[in-house]
Amino acid sequence: MDVLIYLIPISIFLGAVGLAGFLYTLRSRQYDDPEGDAQRILTGEWDDRPKPD
Amino acid sequence: MTHAPISACPACNAAPMAQNLADTEHMAGHILLNVPTVHCAVCISSIEKTLNAMDGVKEARVNLTLRRATIDTTRPMDVQVFIQALDQIGYPAYELDASLLGQSAMEQTARRLLTRLAVSGFAMMNVMLLSVAVWSGAQGITRDMFHWISALIAVPATLYAAYPFFANAWGALRGRVLNMDVPISLAILLALGTSIYETSLSGEHAYFDAAISLTFFLLAGRYLDHRTRSIARSAAQELSALEVTKAVIRQDGQDITVPVSQVQVGDTVILRPGARMPLDGVVIQGQSEIDRSILTGETRPEFVTNGSELRAGEVNLTGPLELRATAVGQDTSLAKISQLVAIAESGRSKYTSIADKAAQLYAPGVHILSALSFLGWYLYSQDLRMSLNIAAAVLIITCPCALGLAVPAVTTAVSGRLFKKGLLIKSATAIERLAQVDTVVFDKTGTLTDGDLTLIDLPPATAEQLQISHTLARSSAHPLAQALAGALAAQGVAEIQLDQIHEHPGYGVSAFYQGQQVRMGRAEWIGATPRDHTATWVQIGDDILEFAFADQMRGGAADLITDLQQAGIDVQILSGDGLAPVSRVAAALGVTKYHAHRTPETKAAHIAQLQAQGRHVLMIGDGLNDTAALTSAHVSISPATALDAARVASDVVFLGQRLDSLIGVIALSKTAQRRIRENFQLASLYNVLAVPVAIAGFATPLIAALAMSLSSITVTLNALRMK
Repeated sequence: MDVLIYLIPISIFLGAVGLAGFLYTLRSRQYDDPEGDAQRILTGEWDDRPKPD
Repeated sequence: MTHAPISACPACNAAPMAQNLADTEHMAGHILLNVPTVHCAVCISSIEKTLNAMDGVKEARVNLTLRRATIDTTRPMDVQVFIQALDQIGYPAYELDASLLGQSAMEQTARRLLTRLAVSGFAMMNVMLLSVAVWSGAQGITRDMFHWISALIAVPATLYAAYPFFANAWGALRGRVLNMDVPISLAILLALGTSIYETSLSGEHAYFDAAISLTFFLLAGRYLDHRTRSIARSAAQELSALEVTKAVIRQDGQDITVPVSQVQVGDTVILRPGARMPLDGVVIQGQSEIDRSILTGETRPEFVTNGSELRAGEVNLTGPLELRATAVGQDTSLAKISQLVAIAESGRSKYTSIADKAAQLYAPGVHILSALSFLGWYLYSQDLRMSLNIAAAVLIITCPCALGLAVPAVTTAVSGRLFKKGLLIKSATAIERLAQVDTVVFDKTGTLTDGDLTLIDLPPATAEQLQISHTLARSSAHPLAQALAGALAAQGVAEIQLDQIHEHPGYGVSAFYQGQQVRMGRAEWIGATPRDHTATWVQIGDDILEFAFADQMRGGAADLITDLQQAGIDVQILSGDGLAPVSRVAAALGVTKYHAHRTPETKAAHIAQLQAQGRHVLMIGDGLNDTAALTSAHVSISPATALDAARVASDVVFLGQRLDSLIGVIALSKTAQRRIRENFQLASLYNVLAVPVAIAGFATPLIAALAMSLSSITVTLNALRMK
């Protein structure tokens, strides 16, 4: 059962990575316009920020 | 949460303040537009391309979810430029007042809820993994270690994530009331407390997983609820932000535009043709016709001249008018209507939602049950530790999480569907109240009809006479003349040469045809007998032609009424217009109960009388004369084109020109109502099954987790059947 010493921290770490990822998407406003993002993916136009000058 | 640091030197604070100032200046070039018709990828890119190509635009972006365009400009710019540009490519746009929307605060609350949800979700997954090991039979020191790790994750995560419940419960207790959050907080805290105590004694059962998953499910319900409400609220605020009221006043021979609030009694107000009266006033110069349909529902324009009184909300049609303001602000006839609304509001019984009723039953019941099982077990066994464990198990198993999800899951599903149809739900209980409707009362002008006029049929006339009428009509800006010109052009009538065309504001148009005078205008001016319906008259020599008009039906009105009548709902029409136009519309739509010449007071009284008979009335109206009736009805709907006051008074607002978007709304709300009831029954069923187990002392953390997850999932799936 010694393997638990590694496995438990690893599983918690992986969970924490997921949590951090979600918080990042939340802060970078990726949930502000879900419908629009679903439509925008269909157009071939440049749609990224910041826009290149 | 951010705290302003206490600074030793005041000057240090000046820099960020200057920064704030710079930010607000930047905000001057920040424009929000409401674009209700945007719906696809092509719309997004064409709107963004148009706006981005415009001079002075730094960036424009469309938010499809909110049907909104945000424009950042490099310098302060006039909003009208953008509205016109969008109008040209076929998207009507309306200005939004960013400060009125207050969306940042709402977004922040939503984001905080989501963060708490994410933290509790993360903690729940990890604790569940550890719990599975315990349930599958971990013993002795391994079990203790798993419990301690669970505690390490669950305790801080729960305290953080469940903070909104604790805060609400504390607020309720201080106000000496019980709400749903009190049993929730108690269950969470008791579960954590007994679990830590049990773990420290190397006990077998710990409820860390229950505490954290309870928090997770409840937060999910809370988040859905918040989202539905914030969409509804922002939609309502968005609409009130649309109305910009300004007045033109003449001061020292100069015309200046000022906000209505700055106009004083006695000021000279200039009203151009086509403009809406911003206040009450008396005409001191000029003649014109006015359209007061929004106030009274009358479709026939009325003649005004020196000394005529005009009320706020009426529209000037033909000639420019100079008026003396007689009442402003709270004294206008608008304010009198809002008094009526206030009376109607106080007369309306407060509706208690199903969720509130359930909470009133549930909250005390759970506490009593839990306390009784504690007492019972303590008296029976004298074992404090075991009795406390059982009391905690009862509190957890009664599981308010299914109850917490029961309503929000359904309302989210329904509001989403209604939003797709173009309906905005403003009131949280509107869907429940819609489900009870058995009588629908329509306003006519502006609701069943769209305010535009159409020619009923051509009078017997020669081709030459029709051509003269066409040219006369073409030369006037009066809405009746415009409608006539359009109708004649559609019939293929050509125009003819006329001389000395002259418009007489308030009366009509005159001209000469081959040396003979021809006139078009009001019956009194032409010398004809006025009739009850709307008409314009043309005089050519001794011949007098009557062109009668009817207001045009809003698209889908007939379909909606047929649908309602087939559903067994009583349909009535209440209008302020004359009997002839009302009966014509009623006949066209197949409505047998209609009432004409109604004032705002009698409309409200009619609704109140129906309600007193025990009916649940849905009022659909748009005018100022409807606001009191809208308020006194059980539930009310108004079109987005309605005046501010009417939209504020109603529970649901529909976008777009057509009425058939309302088809099936009542049926949908009935389904929603049924789902909510089913959800409560399901949640109760789980309680009925699980609570005896808990009271008997057989509850294990596994049973608690199963009951909780299964009931939450069934309730959510049941709600999703709405789609």
